[in-house]
Amino acid sequence: MNDPWVPTPMTVREVVRETADTVTLTLDTSASPFAFAPGQFNMVYLFGQGEVPISISGHADRPDELVHTIRGVGPVTRPMLDLVPGDVLGIRGPFGTAWPVEEARGTDVIVVAGGIGLAPLRPMIYHLLANRRDYARIVLIYGARQPDQMLFVDELHHWRGRFDLTVEVTVDQGTEDWFGPVGVVTRSLARARFDADDATVVTCGPEVMMRFVVHEAVRMGVPQDRIWASMERNMKCAIGLCGHCQWGPDFVCKQGPVYRWDHIAHRFAEKEL
Amino acid sequence: MTEGLEALIRRQPLFDDLSEADLKHLAGCARNVKFDAGEIFVRHGEEADRSFLVRAGRVGLVVHGRDIAETAEEGDLVGWSWLFPPYRWHFDAKALTAVRAIELDGACLRAKCESDPRFGFEIAKRFLYQAHRRLEHTRLRAMDVYKGPLT
Repeated sequence: MNDPWVPTPMTVREVVRETADTVTLTLDTSASPFAFAPGQFNMVYLFGQGEVPISISGHADRPDELVHTIRGVGPVTRPMLDLVPGDVLGIRGPFGTAWPVEEARGTDVIVVAGGIGLAPLRPMIYHLLANRRDYARIVLIYGARQPDQMLFVDELHHWRGRFDLTVEVTVDQGTEDWFGPVGVVTRSLARARFDADDATVVTCGPEVMMRFVVHEAVRMGVPQDRIWASMERNMKCAIGLCGHCQWGPDFVCKQGPVYRWDHIAHRFAEKEL
Repeated sequence: MTEGLEALIRRQPLFDDLSEADLKHLAGCARNVKFDAGEIFVRHGEEADRSFLVRAGRVGLVVHGRDIAETAEEGDLVGWSWLFPPYRWHFDAKALTAVRAIELDGACLRAKCESDPRFGFEIAKRFLYQAHRRLEHTRLRAMDVYKGPLT
């Protein structure tokens, strides 16, 4: 990594509009290959606006490109929806911990994503599929608010067409042209078939959703030390100095964002943490 | 015919641990039904005299005549209003695909539950479990968790 304080300018190569408020940006890193581990994030700087932490949503085996999926919700991310090829962003990273691709080897892997939480998990899915023989069952459960708010729809169709992967997509609110399941992801998780005592569960989405997912997984028999979740906090410096993302004894930018659940479960019982 | 029904009911996790005698008792109130896609087989406000154990396909539970509040798939029970006065449906049930289900006669089940409280408890436990899980899911959905600023 370059100096972690200094953003590296990178040029937008491609823009894909995922939903009304979400885009996927592919940045050109062919001049300076970019290495990262699935689950890590970058600080993305929109010059003149500010810097935000964004998970990497591309393939870790493609160092000539860097992919971020961004939902426009604030003064920095909203203008990012209007970026076009040729625009330049500043990138610091990669930062943080990664999904447990090694620890999951040989087990059933259950990926539970909600909303834009599918983006940080996509590199993990790419890894699982690229190394398919190293894992037993792979189950992807994805929940969105409504059908038109689902990310990576073409890819979901493609994955669902594979014979070596189970994909279950559900929405909280059905529409007239939606014929799939309507219900929360925990309902889909409860219906999934896997060996709970030999499974790895990885989850990313709104914190409340993840807590329900963990509750369901534990109820199904998955040990807490086989569950990983990606936590969201207000990362600023991203190198564990400024304290903005402090969560108990940790700086989420450094000790997180991906945590093994048994390491953090007790924190949810503590008020005002 | 009844023996076939017993096997079909036993195949569903909700009833797979029911005793042979209770299963036979339950199957005595059951019959196989099929619905075509688009068919509305439960209508809000009408008498709730049945329950459905979905075997295949997808059922939309429709509230306010329009919005699908939740779907029911294999293994799910649709309808427990037959248990509680005034025995009226509180939603529409629409087959979103072709559906195969086991229909349970509410009056028949109520009578058996009243006359055999132990059997009644076994049945009530299973219906309550489904209601409990649906309540959990409804609570989570009510939080509208995906509207937040997660990036």
